[in-house]
Order: sequence, then structure tokens, then C-alpha cells
Amino acid sequence: MSVAVQTFSPRRVGAMVLRYWYLLRSSFARLIELIYWPAVQMLMWGFLQTYLAGQSSLYARAGGVLIGAVMLWDVLFRGQLGFSISFLEEMWSRNLGNLMISPLRPAEFVAALMVMSIIRLAIGMVPVTLLAIWFFGFNLWALGIALAAFFANLMFTGWAVGIFVSGLVLRNGLGAETFAWSIMFLFLPLTCVYYPVSVLPDWLQAIAWSLPPTYVFEGMRALLIGHIFRADLMIQSLALNAVMFSLAVLAFLALLASARRNGTLMQTGE
Amino acid sequence: MRRAAQPAKCLFPKRISMDARAEPAVSTERLTKVYKTTAAVDGISFALPYGSITGLLGGNGAGKTTTIAMLMGLTTPTSGTARVLGADMPRERYRALQRMNFESPYVEMPMRLTVRQNLTVFGMLYGVAQLSARIDEIAAELELTDLLDRPTGKLSAGQKTRVSLAKALINAPDLLLLDEPTASLDPDTADWVRSRLERYRAERGVTMLIASHNMAEVERLCERVIFMKRGRIEDDDTPARLLQRYGRETLEEVFLDVARGREAAQ
Repeated sequence: MSVAVQTFSPRRVGAMVLRYWYLLRSSFARLIELIYWPAVQMLMWGFLQTYLAGQSSLYARAGGVLIGAVMLWDVLFRGQLGFSISFLEEMWSRNLGNLMISPLRPAEFVAALMVMSIIRLAIGMVPVTLLAIWFFGFNLWALGIALAAFFANLMFTGWAVGIFVSGLVLRNGLGAETFAWSIMFLFLPLTCVYYPVSVLPDWLQAIAWSLPPTYVFEGMRALLIGHIFRADLMIQSLALNAVMFSLAVLAFLALLASARRNGTLMQTGE
Repeated sequence: MRRAAQPAKCLFPKRISMDARAEPAVSTERLTKVYKTTAAVDGISFALPYGSITGLLGGNGAGKTTTIAMLMGLTTPTSGTARVLGADMPRERYRALQRMNFESPYVEMPMRLTVRQNLTVFGMLYGVAQLSARIDEIAAELELTDLLDRPTGKLSAGQKTRVSLAKALINAPDLLLLDEPTASLDPDTADWVRSRLERYRAERGVTMLIASHNMAEVERLCERVIFMKRGRIEDDDTPARLLQRYGRETLEEVFLDVARGREAAQ
């Protein structure tokens, strides 16, 4: 009997998205957590912004720059976390063996995790953006096309980091789980979320400009302070993201091959 | 006490006889897996004809699980070859994975999902046609109908084993790999699982490879036994001939002879 082997199956991607959707739907705590932290962050930075606006002409002029930064940071951080947590769910439930012996391909698995990161982010961020309008009069949606460019670039980076972290966990087991929670915080100072790149020492600026989100946060400040949309920054970010994403996929495949060599795919503990 | 298995309609339509095929369902040639300096599997060669049911026996660390992992494409061999359903593993694994499945109490199903949700997800992954009807059929066959909408994590060990078995049979596989399928089950439930496996094999002519420590199970289900020790095949024969050669009454005694290094009579 010959079996047609489909190299990429949207049905299998759909199966995995459905699996995570069932999980999310079954747990009220998981749903609440998606909204809780972004809301707390936004409120804290929003009130700080309100306070600073009364103290400094810069903050008074650049209304929403801190709230905007924290919300875009959450897109980056939650985008990666949404990807990684969905992957970790398979490790926690000891289900990875079942998936690895099914016809599910790595590309389909990754595609499903990407879709889930968008769904999780939407559940968390849409209510928070509405809260920001209500509390501080800051409308992230008013950024329009710029928001789409910011969002796309930040999600791209979040997925690249998520893919790399998933590879590490696949290869090293749950002992590497901590990277899923912490690795993105390295981006927080380096990508200049809350301050311009010019604040950094020269040698660190070179590192900052090698990271795609730096261009997004600089672009956000250009838009909110200078009222200019810097398309050039978005294109540079996209180009760097393409490189970073490709490297992450290569690393994931290498780590998966290593896991097969080391026989760790059946042992999903620490 | 579990009710006796009811005669039911044939849920697993027979496929064309596979015995006539030139190539065995599974074959290994000098299959070896070395971790650092330890040979977990050391140059084993065997072939399983289509429709056969074989027990893979050996003590802890004998290499059974590593062998099964290589047959499933989960672990890359250090050397040698493994062919499964006509595909080289792991290189061509996607040609075979659609037609095989695996069940082990050590690989769990997502606990928060209901039984139906789990079977839906795996059915979609395997591309099962008329999935909803297939889930109802298999649930009836494995007496899971009343449990379909309960979270998998809320089930007893025996019920979870039946769910894992349902997942392993959802794609009506041509090759079924089972790793201690009745471990930690009470005798009644274990007997029930064995009877279902016997029935499935009789109806579909499926090829089965069963790793087990339960000798009574192997005697009942398997027409051939491969004994492994320290990564090598120590003996390979039918249960009857093994009993005869070792001069023993039970496979358990043969197992102890093999594990402790006692040679067969001839």
C-alpha cells in the first residue's frame, strides 16, 4: 500500500491548534494569567507616565511613550512566552513522545505554536489596550499601519527566540525550561525598550542595533515624540528578523537531531 | 467484575493479506546504538513478517526500549539499519508513521483534555477519515463511550490505558508497537486489554511488537519471542521451542535462565 506523504499539512497544524485551544478553554487560571500581567504592567507604567508628564516637558510632549513601550514590550515578551509555553505544555503533560511518533512534522508543530502565540497574545493584549484607552486615553490602535509593522516585527523576534528555546528544551529536557521564562529579559536592556539607543555606551549600541526589536522601539519613539513613521527602521528590523528566524530554525533542527542521537525524545523529564 | 467481551461488529476492516509481501513489516540489520561508550543496542538483526506478533523480552537495560525508539524514528542508530513498513528509519520515517502507532503507559495523554478531545486531536494528526464516527466506534469497542467527555486525567489507571490504546488504534495501524501495555493494571483489566489486542490482531492481521516483563502475557499473545540481554539478541524462537530447549515449564523460567546466563540445553 502506498501512502501519499504530505510534506506540510494544514490539517495537522489545525489539530495542534485545536489541542492548545482545548487546553486553554479548560483552564480559567490559564486564561486569567494571559490578561493579568500585561494589565498590571500597563497600569504601573501608565501611572508613572502620568506622574512624569507633570514633571517633565518631554514626557508631557511625548504622551503615551511609556505605555506604548510597555505594551510593545509585552507583544515581544508574551509572543515568545505564548510560543514557548504551548511547547512546554507537551513536556509537562509527557505527551511529546506521542507527537514525535505521529505524522506531525517539525514545521507543522512550529506553525501551530506560532498561531497559538498570536491567539494567546490577542486574548491578553486586546483587553489591555482597551484598558489603556479607558485609564490613560492612550489608543495603541490609533498607530494604524505603524502598529501593524511594530507588531509583525516583534512577533517575528518572539517566534525566533521561542523556536530556539524549544530546541534547547527538546535537547536538554525540562532542566532548560528556565530559558523560556528568562531569556527574553536579556532583550529588555539591550533593545532599549524605555530609552533611546544613544543612552548606551558605543560598544553596547553596536549590539543593540544587531537586535531587531531595537528598531521597533526606536521607531515607536520617533512616531510618538517626533510624529514620524520610520519605514526604514521597520525594513531593517524585518531583514534582521529574517536572519534571526532562519538561524533559530537551523538551531532547532540541529537540537532536534541531537535529541534523536542522544535518545532524549522519549525522556521528557529533567 | 468487568462484563465479558460482547460479540461486536468488526470494527477493524481486514486489509488485503500482507503475508504475501516480499519485504517484512520490520527488519533490522546489525542495528546498533551507542551512548558515549555504552552500547545500548549492539548489532541486532531480526525481521518481523507482516501479521506476526512478537514479544521483545529482556531485563531492565537490555535495550528493548532503545530498539523500539529506533524503530519509531525517535532515536537515530549509531550504525546498522532499521526498515519499517518499507521505509528506512529515521530518514524516511514520515512514509511509515502514518501507518503505525505506539502505546506505552510511560507516554501519557494530555490530562486536561477530555477523552474525545484527545482522540479528535490524534485522529486529525493521523488524517483519519470520518473521525467522529471512528471515535464512536473505537470508544464502543474499548468500552469508553461513557468516558468520552471526561477529562483524561480524572480516569483510573485502567481507563487511561484503554484511552492510550484507543489513541494507538485510532489510525487502524498496520504496525503496533507496545511497551509494557499492561504494566500496573490489575489482572482483570490486563486480561481485558490482552483479549482486545488478540481480537484486533485476528480482525486486521496487524503486525505487533510487544516489549513486556509479563511472561504470561507474552506466552498468551506472542507466536515468537526475542530475548535481549546487554543490547544483544540472546535467543529468538517460538515460546514452545524455547520451553523445550531450555527444559522449562514457563517462559518466566526461561527468562531467568537467559537473564542469569544459563545456556539452553542445545
